[in-house]
Amino acid sequence: MEFKDMFKMLADGTWDTLYMVLISTLLGYVVGLPLGVLLTITDVDGISPNKVVYKILDVIINVTRSIPFLILLILIMPFTKLVVGKSYGTTATIVPLTIAAAPLIARMVESSLKEVDKGVIEAAFSMGASGFTIIRKVLVTEARTSLLVGVTIALGTILGYSAMAGVIGGGGLGDIAIRYGYYRYETGIMIVTVAVLVILMQILQWAGMLLSKKIDKRRGK
Amino acid sequence: MSIIEINNVSKTFDAKKSNIHALQNITLSVEEGEIFGVIGLSGAGKSTLVRCMNLLEKPTEGEVIVDGKNLVALPAKELRLMRREIGMIFQHFNLLMQRNVLDNVCFPMEIAGVRKREAREKAKKYLDIVGLSEKAKAYPVQLSGGQKQRVAIARTLASNPRIILCDEATSALDPQTTGTILSLLKQINKDYGITVVVITHEMRVVEEICDRVAVLDHGKLAEIGPVKEVFDNPKTNAAKSLLLERKIRELEDVADGI
Repeated sequence: MEFKDMFKMLADGTWDTLYMVLISTLLGYVVGLPLGVLLTITDVDGISPNKVVYKILDVIINVTRSIPFLILLILIMPFTKLVVGKSYGTTATIVPLTIAAAPLIARMVESSLKEVDKGVIEAAFSMGASGFTIIRKVLVTEARTSLLVGVTIALGTILGYSAMAGVIGGGGLGDIAIRYGYYRYETGIMIVTVAVLVILMQILQWAGMLLSKKIDKRRGK
Repeated sequence: MSIIEINNVSKTFDAKKSNIHALQNITLSVEEGEIFGVIGLSGAGKSTLVRCMNLLEKPTEGEVIVDGKNLVALPAKELRLMRREIGMIFQHFNLLMQRNVLDNVCFPMEIAGVRKREAREKAKKYLDIVGLSEKAKAYPVQLSGGQKQRVAIARTLASNPRIILCDEATSALDPQTTGTILSLLKQINKDYGITVVVITHEMRVVEEICDRVAVLDHGKLAEIGPVKEVFDNPKTNAAKSLLLERKIRELEDVADGI
């Protein structure tokens, strides 16, 4: 394979990977953020405790998180086909990735929101704030640094999962690594692909941490 | 006229082994415009009592009547409106750490739906009252304890309250800062006629600013009356033990001097 072709392949693979990871993390937050908020407020020391709701969500999330991603990928293929029209390729991979991301994100959101000082929540109540206002203006805002660290971790985890989807023809860098490196013994391409993945992860981590530090007003200047 | 009436209030917390009776049949009233103290040892139920006054804690029994309205019977929405008239400051200040001082003071106005520009103008005025205008753009982490409490006071003023509840508001501060916060509270009480309820375990706080005081002991009201009367002539053991503790401290100070 010529260098030009390889470069194009890797560039396309990187683009596919980013597309899958960003879209599924975004969709993961659409589902996971409200779930995480619900977990936080319905827990025993939350702002509207509800044992039944908490327990149900708790179990669903634990079950989903226990399924190994590779198994999930295969398990929900019929569902993926129903949603996207086919069960392979980059767009199709977004479905299992989102399903894997949502419960992980819910847990991380829960743990971030639970870090918020109970005293501040009480103060907001004493000012006549409603539960909804407290979620929006106290919980989410005060926990923003921790939430952003969560986004970084979520993106990193989903990046790892997206590479696994290569096994079933998921597209992206993982797909390239498996097709060339594993099936065709082209170790060179595999190493380059993995290197690109490593670089992506580094950039992600670095940017996430930088941003979360920047918006954190709890550190003195 | 009484602005707060606590009628036969009891509060019981369900605990695993046995229930905790934090408050038992408390009846007292706070007059409009006065500075009212509630003193007692830790665990006496002071914090629970003050939290019943804005229903952060719902009494198990009894009525809490503020400005003629029984808070216990109010629907959630009306209770939230009532709470805007009852400001509260806390031992640990409870400021929003990710907002600057000005935006912290704007917060209650934001909740009340005041327009942003108007809120900012007002917030500046309140910061001026507490003497922190130059810190408007600072974040809470950059402030000292006393400054944080000033911001918290400006924040309660922002909702234009008729009452300010102080829950151990000076307990995390050094003696000198305590003095400045107390005189600020006194000044606010005098200038704006805001009723102040002070919860504390420090005799000094009560002596310096309160008109009347209630002594709580194991969830029960032990004594109530004008500060001088209660402290000069304590009738119950609870009040006597508080005074004794102060005496010991004074003697210790004298001993240190020698």
